[in-house]
Amino acid sequence: MKNKKLKSNLITYGIVLAAFVIVEIMMATGNITSLLKGLLVPLCVYVVLAISLNLVVGISGELSLGHAGFMCVGAFAGAFFSKCMQDVLTVSGVRLFCAILVGAAVAAVFGVLIGIPVLRLKGDYLAIVTLAFGEIIKNIINAFYIGKDSNGFHMTMKDQFSLGMEADGVVILNGPQGITGTPKDATFAAGIILILVTLFIVLNLIDSRDGRAIQSIRDNRIAAESIGIGITKYKLMAFTVSAALAGAAGALYAHNLSTLVAKKFDYNQSIMILVFVVLGGIGNIRGSIIAAVVLTALPELLRGLSDYRMLIYSIILIVIMLFNWAPKALEWRERYLGRFFKKSAEEGE
Amino acid sequence: MSSKEIPVLKAQNLGIQFGGLKAVTDFNMEIGQSELVGLIGPNGAGKTTVFNMLTGVYQPTEGSYYLNGVKMNGKKTHQVVEAGIARTFQNIRLFKKMTVIENVKTAMNMHMHYSLASAIFRSAKYWKEEAEIEEKALKLLDVVHLKDKAYVVAENLPYGQQRRLEIARALATGMKLLLLDEPAAGMNPSETAELLEIINVIRDQFKISVLLIEHDMSLVMKICERIQVIDYGVTIAKGTPEEIANNQRVIEAYLGKDEEEEAAVC
Repeated sequence: MKNKKLKSNLITYGIVLAAFVIVEIMMATGNITSLLKGLLVPLCVYVVLAISLNLVVGISGELSLGHAGFMCVGAFAGAFFSKCMQDVLTVSGVRLFCAILVGAAVAAVFGVLIGIPVLRLKGDYLAIVTLAFGEIIKNIINAFYIGKDSNGFHMTMKDQFSLGMEADGVVILNGPQGITGTPKDATFAAGIILILVTLFIVLNLIDSRDGRAIQSIRDNRIAAESIGIGITKYKLMAFTVSAALAGAAGALYAHNLSTLVAKKFDYNQSIMILVFVVLGGIGNIRGSIIAAVVLTALPELLRGLSDYRMLIYSIILIVIMLFNWAPKALEWRERYLGRFFKKSAEEGE
Repeated sequence: MSSKEIPVLKAQNLGIQFGGLKAVTDFNMEIGQSELVGLIGPNGAGKTTVFNMLTGVYQPTEGSYYLNGVKMNGKKTHQVVEAGIARTFQNIRLFKKMTVIENVKTAMNMHMHYSLASAIFRSAKYWKEEAEIEEKALKLLDVVHLKDKAYVVAENLPYGQQRRLEIARALATGMKLLLLDEPAAGMNPSETAELLEIINVIRDQFKISVLLIEHDMSLVMKICERIQVIDYGVTIAKGTPEEIANNQRVIEAYLGKDEEEEAAVC
């Protein structure tokens, strides 16, 4: 009854830890392909993104299409921080930790700024405006040049040479060429820790007075108002927490790449994260994790199929969609799989 | 109600106009401590509009209303609830995907104080407040006979129980005045009887005043101390259930006039 939720949450944490242990064992025994090894950090990044977007889409019930924008802000803020602090903070773990905090904080600020106007809208309108904001963020960062020399920071939107730096100046953010040479601090362990922290924040938020208020607005806005819930406050809360987590994921992502360009954070990225959330089950946090892992790894694992790769990938998407949402499929699952997984099926929600 | 006592609700010449349409005009009402007043009228008479004005959904264009002597005009819905007016809805509006007890707990949100940080880090304050409201919520669910359904998802409840859950949720706001919008709509006689009992228990236990909109006349006649009848937004009668049952204008509003009488009027 009451402990069902706790048990379900513990299983979710357990799955993440188990995945970590299995991968670590595989790495220790050398049973891991270099392809998979390169995928580990992106997998963690997308899991965090999917969980955080599920907070907005599933728990708060608003369709946001600008999630990559917050990831972008976090990635650039984190990478910028690390590049500046490279000589000061020499321990890579500490540097990464600080960079993730910076990324999360900056993304949270953007979350508030964008949330205030956007959350006045509902449904389709909100989706379109978040999509627009996501693109705006990407394009603004694309146009910025920031450099640093002995006099401090220089900033322009023209080109690299208008920075007007001294001879010792270093270009940090180079417009469309982005940030190069971010220290590669991201590790699989750091990614797993970030996932666990994200889960901790999101699951605890859901099961609190704030979480209940957020869900009540999703279920019935008018009724929520009628019992004294301030709509804007709680929507903004969900939106901001989600943005901060996306920013953290972005910072981790940035520390796994040698070159970080804003172009990568376009709406395709946002849609992909949304696909994880929808296929994993809207509002189902554990589903988001599984969907993010499967759908990030799949295109890579299907590489052997060469030409047919994207075809098979899309077919798999459709099959998962049917399996998760079609009434007949649900019935079938209940009847045949329910017998074996009766317990876990009950806790699945 | 003694004349000196401040009424829980006082509406003075309350009215609202939508464009050229005067939906409600000159609505006057006083509800005393622990009083149960019925508001009846034919369909479209403006009963729910009155509720919407009293809860801040609509702002009255004329007149004013007071809760315990405090003027409530201009307050937003959630401010009205904080002040102490809670309501249920004619068409059920539950938090469908949440459990029964979560529905009730959500309504206690404004009486809870722990911050987002203590929620995430599960501070001592979190556990203390959560334990308190868990207990309170179960007590409230007991009042509406839903204690054994506490952990069921709300949308899976049968209709009659959903209506009762709405009442429990409104109670959880800790209000002084409860507005019930057709609580017995769609209920069978045994469910209605249970509802009647619950409303009586609520009044005795929580010492609150109730304003009730209802079409089930037997229910209204049984529990209301006073009844006010409106038709086309105008109050046409006020009085005890007996007075209302025999009031000629009320009968006309519901059943229409005699043809002969109509001819005589013309």
